[in-house]
Amino acid sequence: MANYILKRLVYAVPVLLGITIIVFLIMAAIPGDPATAILGSYATPENVEKLNRDLGLDKPLVQRYLIWLVNMLGGDFGRSFSLNRPVLDEILERFAATLVLAGTSFVLCSLAGILAGTVSAARQYGAADRLITFTVLIGISVPSFFLGMMMILLFAVKLRWLPVSGMYAIYGGGDLPDLLAHLVMPALALSAVATGVIARLARSAVLEVLRQDYIRTARAKGLGETRVIAGHALRAAMVSIIPVLGIQAGFVLSGAVYIEMVFQWPGVGRMLVEAILKRDILLVQGGVVFVAGCYVLFNIAVDVAQSLLDPRIRT
Amino acid sequence: MRLFLGLLFRNRLAAVGAVVLAAILLFVLAIPVLPLADPNITETGKRFLLPFGEGHWLGTDHLGRDLLSRLLHGTRLSLAVGFAAAFVAATIGSAIGIVAGYFGGLVDNIVMRGVDMLMAFPYILLALAIVAALGPGLMNALVAVAAVNIPFFARNIRGVTVSLAHREFIDAARLSGMGHGRILASELLPNVLPVIVIAMSTTIGWMILETAGLSFLGLGSQPPQADLGSMLGEARAALITSPHTSVVPGVMIFLIVMSINLLGDGIRDALDPRLRSGALDRPAAMTRIDRRSPPPGAPAAPPLLALQDLQTRFHVGKRVYKAVNEVSLHLAKGECLGLVGESGSGKSVTALSVMGLVASPPGVITGGAVRLDGEDVLGFSRSRLRSARGDRVAYIFQDPLGTLHPLHTIENQLVEAIRAHRSVPHAEARARALELLDAVRIPNAGARLPAYPHELSGGMRQRVGIAMALANDPDIIIADEPTTALDVTVQAQILALLDELRRERGLAIVFITHDFGVVAQLCDRVAVMYAGRIVEEGPTAAVLATPAHPYTRRLIACVPELGEGRRELAAIAGLPPVVDRLPDGCAFAPRCDKAADACRRGEIRLAGEGTRRVRCIHPEHPEETV
Ligand code: SF4
Repeated sequence: MANYILKRLVYAVPVLLGITIIVFLIMAAIPGDPATAILGSYATPENVEKLNRDLGLDKPLVQRYLIWLVNMLGGDFGRSFSLNRPVLDEILERFAATLVLAGTSFVLCSLAGILAGTVSAARQYGAADRLITFTVLIGISVPSFFLGMMMILLFAVKLRWLPVSGMYAIYGGGDLPDLLAHLVMPALALSAVATGVIARLARSAVLEVLRQDYIRTARAKGLGETRVIAGHALRAAMVSIIPVLGIQAGFVLSGAVYIEMVFQWPGVGRMLVEAILKRDILLVQGGVVFVAGCYVLFNIAVDVAQSLLDPRIRT
Repeated sequence: MRLFLGLLFRNRLAAVGAVVLAAILLFVLAIPVLPLADPNITETGKRFLLPFGEGHWLGTDHLGRDLLSRLLHGTRLSLAVGFAAAFVAATIGSAIGIVAGYFGGLVDNIVMRGVDMLMAFPYILLALAIVAALGPGLMNALVAVAAVNIPFFARNIRGVTVSLAHREFIDAARLSGMGHGRILASELLPNVLPVIVIAMSTTIGWMILETAGLSFLGLGSQPPQADLGSMLGEARAALITSPHTSVVPGVMIFLIVMSINLLGDGIRDALDPRLRSGALDRPAAMTRIDRRSPPPGAPAAPPLLALQDLQTRFHVGKRVYKAVNEVSLHLAKGECLGLVGESGSGKSVTALSVMGLVASPPGVITGGAVRLDGEDVLGFSRSRLRSARGDRVAYIFQDPLGTLHPLHTIENQLVEAIRAHRSVPHAEARARALELLDAVRIPNAGARLPAYPHELSGGMRQRVGIAMALANDPDIIIADEPTTALDVTVQAQILALLDELRRERGLAIVFITHDFGVVAQLCDRVAVMYAGRIVEEGPTAAVLATPAHPYTRRLIACVPELGEGRRELAAIAGLPPVVDRLPDGCAFAPRCDKAADACRRGEIRLAGEGTRRVRCIHPEHPEETV
């Protein structure tokens, strides 16, 4: 097992490097003079030159990449000019908030999606199946940001059950119940689409497995239907569901950008959008590399979970 | 094509999607002729007018602009950008995929590694990075969304191309001296195109959503130009005071994406033959029972197991397959009955019908009775049937690799079988599992408990299968070709084991096989099935010595040691009939060398005296077979 994890980690190194190269190349492709682009056309020449030096833009491309990479490995992601603080500090702070939101959503959509898909499969063509299929269809078609806005209107404005936005109340609050109250709507809005996608997949995966001979064996043993579905069919279906969970985690993380904007959630997604609008290139660059790297590591965890579940691929 | 459209529209939801999308397109195309206000004229006096007001059907936005007009213009822009992004992504991605798949080798390797890297990003990060580099703007958002989707197309199309690149027609083109470019354009592309179109139809909804999303974030279309996303983004500031300005564009995005999704699903379903054949249907917990007439009464002295005129059918589409046609059998305590026939003769379906294990749909039991100690099993409730399964009647199936759960240990599967019927603590069940493995002569049983099925040999797996069947000391074991998947020596061991177990434990066995050699070793009595019916029945020795039905004689002739001594398993000439259109009279007539006109006329009864029965007008004479 330890071997397997180690192997996965080693394989991840070229992918992580690839990510830094891609991000670097995209940023290097900024048309025109990036310093002018950042500072605006009214910048003084001295300022432009200073920024060029700060960004290392006067050096050749490969050298610039290597300097950037080595600095990053040492924890130096540069300094955000718009926030005037180290990029990494800002990212870590913001990423923690995103993790709370996206992590909750991911757990929600995994559980709800698998449950709904399994029920749907077990009751194929029944009322529950139709209801779930229909709800899923709506769920995957509503833009998450629109869903979030409508939730605000209903639950925060009309019913006044939940706070409108933010992560904590401005006055007082700051404790766990306060966080949870703020978390409910964004987490639900964020998980809607992924729940639908996972439910669809889980339904067809469970249906596929239900036709296997070992399900007939389980029934011939005299197992109850719940046991057959949950213990045998779903267990086997998880093998094809888990990789999709890994993919959906990426979509949840992506959707978090919109949801953070709608709910004023102080996460890394909102940070990126604001940084783009302020042309704070270093912050964007660092944020993208950091989050993408975390996602790669997360996918290794998914692979490991998969190997724990399926003894046939444990090598 | 007509068939395809027919299928598409039989799916009502897909039709709804098509209609909604068509309506939206129609409105958008009609923009130039509709009496719309200018979408960009601001009128500060008329801010946030509510819908259905005079002059402004959908009201006005925060600058007093007509919402209906802005909605239609925004929709047009969103659709155009979404389609354009899909088109660009599909073109570039497919080109990359085709080149990588066609040339293979190093080119393929490098390209696909690059694609893997791009796919390692959560898509929005890549899109944000691109927009960050190019700057906010609708064109740049389009580029970003297209770029993010290129890897998806590249990977899919590469897969298809690889499978095509080694087909004969490509090789032929290459040999005839065609250049790579021409082969790609004239031979490969036409074959890949349908896949590209399908991939596009499934992603286009996403692309519209993604571009709208970027605009919503303020990174796409810039004022005064507005697509649906930026309309929603601008309206967000006034969400609480004037929700209609948000609802209007939001609902439109929803409608577009949903109708495209519905249509895409419909296309996919229409193209998937498995859906039509019902191959995706889930088998229910028990076979559906739909008896047209009351079951026959119980016999005076009921045997352990009796099948009475059992009928099982498969309903596939409009066709009905009579898999089991009025089959009657009986089994006494401790007896071993062989049920013999070729594949497709209905022997397995007969066996599975006993405990309602025939997959349903498509299987339906339409008549007769299964009596266990005189009680009608087909009338059992679900829970009663469940408690009889494995406890009174247990099964052993053919291929133990497919019939044992691949992800549960042997221990789990045995313990579970025990605890399904006895509420004993885990430790006790485990001890019992160990006993069972010993009983089926698995060496070093303790070490096998934590193993998974794939870690055992075929013979060991089948022993586990037998142990599982024995778990609750059943009265009857139904063994469905338990040795067919095994090689000859292992087969002999398993048969010997079954024979021993049955004598030790007084088990009654129904042994299903196509091999008379196996029957000769194990069974007291034998019943031969053909096309869903019993054609001959009798004590094993008597049937072997003097088969009465021509089909039985031929089956026996297939076995080397019993028949004329041919080594290989000779197949019987001709094919068993498809049981949805059975001929009148004897079903075996087309393959029978004694078939006469009388054989094809009317029903032939299963007749005979004493313990032997045969369904044939011209039964074999004992002299002939010697
Ligand atoms: S009934 Fe006629 S066709 Fe059928 S097996 Fe007997 S002889 Fe052959």
